[in-house]
Amino acid sequence: MSHLFGHDQPLNVRAGGGQTPSFVGAFDPRVRVVAACVFAIIVVALHQIEFALGALGLAAITMSLTDLPLRVTLKRMAAMDGFIIVMLVMLPFTTPGTPMFTILGAEASQEGLMHAVLVGIRANAVVLMMLSLLSGMTPVALGHTLYRLKCPPVLVHLMMFTVRYISVLHDEYHRLRMAMKLRGFKARNNAHTYRSFGYLFGMLVVRSLERAERVLEAMKCRGFSGHFPMIDDMAFRRRDGVFAVFFLALIAALVILDRTYVFAY
Amino acid sequence: MHIVDGALAPEVLIGGGVLAVAGLGLGLRKLPIDKIPATGVLSATFFVASLIHVPVGPSSVHLIMSGLAGLVLGWTAFPALFVGLLLQAIFFGFGGLTVLGVNTVNIAFPAVLAGLLFRGMVSRSNPVTAAVLGGCAGAFSIALTTVFVAISLALSGDGFVPAAKLVFFAHIPIMVVEGLVSAAAVYLIAKVKPALLQPADPISDFQMQAAALRAKQAGEASNG
Repeated sequence: MSHLFGHDQPLNVRAGGGQTPSFVGAFDPRVRVVAACVFAIIVVALHQIEFALGALGLAAITMSLTDLPLRVTLKRMAAMDGFIIVMLVMLPFTTPGTPMFTILGAEASQEGLMHAVLVGIRANAVVLMMLSLLSGMTPVALGHTLYRLKCPPVLVHLMMFTVRYISVLHDEYHRLRMAMKLRGFKARNNAHTYRSFGYLFGMLVVRSLERAERVLEAMKCRGFSGHFPMIDDMAFRRRDGVFAVFFLALIAALVILDRTYVFAY
Repeated sequence: MHIVDGALAPEVLIGGGVLAVAGLGLGLRKLPIDKIPATGVLSATFFVASLIHVPVGPSSVHLIMSGLAGLVLGWTAFPALFVGLLLQAIFFGFGGLTVLGVNTVNIAFPAVLAGLLFRGMVSRSNPVTAAVLGGCAGAFSIALTTVFVAISLALSGDGFVPAAKLVFFAHIPIMVVEGLVSAAAVYLIAKVKPALLQPADPISDFQMQAAALRAKQAGEASNG
């Protein structure tokens, strides 16, 4: 977390400063953002498990072409799976259909199991592709990319401010928390704990707003007139075009096959 | 609270996306340029809230504080919470891209509603009453969020209905905790900086807008 929103994050668009980006990381960020969105939309529309697995494979290949640490990425995916596991386990028992097996009097249906597996694969494919295409970017680069993709500038500026101040306020939180610790505070299950956390967060809000006032005054001092210059050197090169066409062809093939081809069982 | 990609029906995803764009449009229209720093910093604060873990029984939950966001930010809570969800989706893999619209509506709309319902009353009352109302706003917005999550799941297929019910009942302790924490936070804000809970001053708003407009008319750099 701190590596992403930390104080030492590069404020220019190119990540890593001087270090050569990975194969995927070298593509135009705009292409990567659009590709991730198109991929997510297409994968969510897939109906057959085989093709959803194909999409997951595609995401895994993309992942292997990045320089993201494998363990961290898999850990994030596992964290996401933790969110949905309850729902997936319940699905077979709540979907009507051909009964397969019984646990404690509850019947699991084949259709439900298939649906659960499909949902699980689709979710993992999208998250893996998104992490491999986008999480190598710095949050600042993402802001610039969205700006170049004609997102409302106000929204982009809002995002850049948020990115900038997450680490500052997280530090502030740790400072306040340390002060509480020094005074013998220990989080337990009682009203005192909840009240203390409330005061802590209220203080955080008050201080952040005072900070925002100072920031705004400093900005006005420097002649802020509603726009920030966005300095970057995004260039749509030939390899970006090739990547876009190749990627589009692959996922178009996935969705067309998904709708036309029926596996004979 | 996050729904992931791949679970919901396309109709629900599209509906959520349309509603989220509408909410964002409304929120951004109420966001003059000089409010961007304050809103951005508060948006970061609410992002940090999601990193604060509070013990509940044997386990712990992270704060959401969407009710407080609605109280402090009003309609602009919508873009502020959207930014937080976008960053979480892209850099942590929580939630997903196609469900971003649904997740934003599920979390930000109750926040805005809590703000609209309770803000007037909170700004007119003394700190203790404000705290009680703030607690109601916090619990209300979480309750509405879980109802929305349950509805989005139930609309996507009958198989999800039991899961949707489970989501609602599992979140009752979280509602209580959020309510208590929000109440304390509002009490402190009402004591320390009551201006935060007051409706925005239209005159100073107008002055800033006018200054920005003059700068624009003078043809000053609108870079980029």
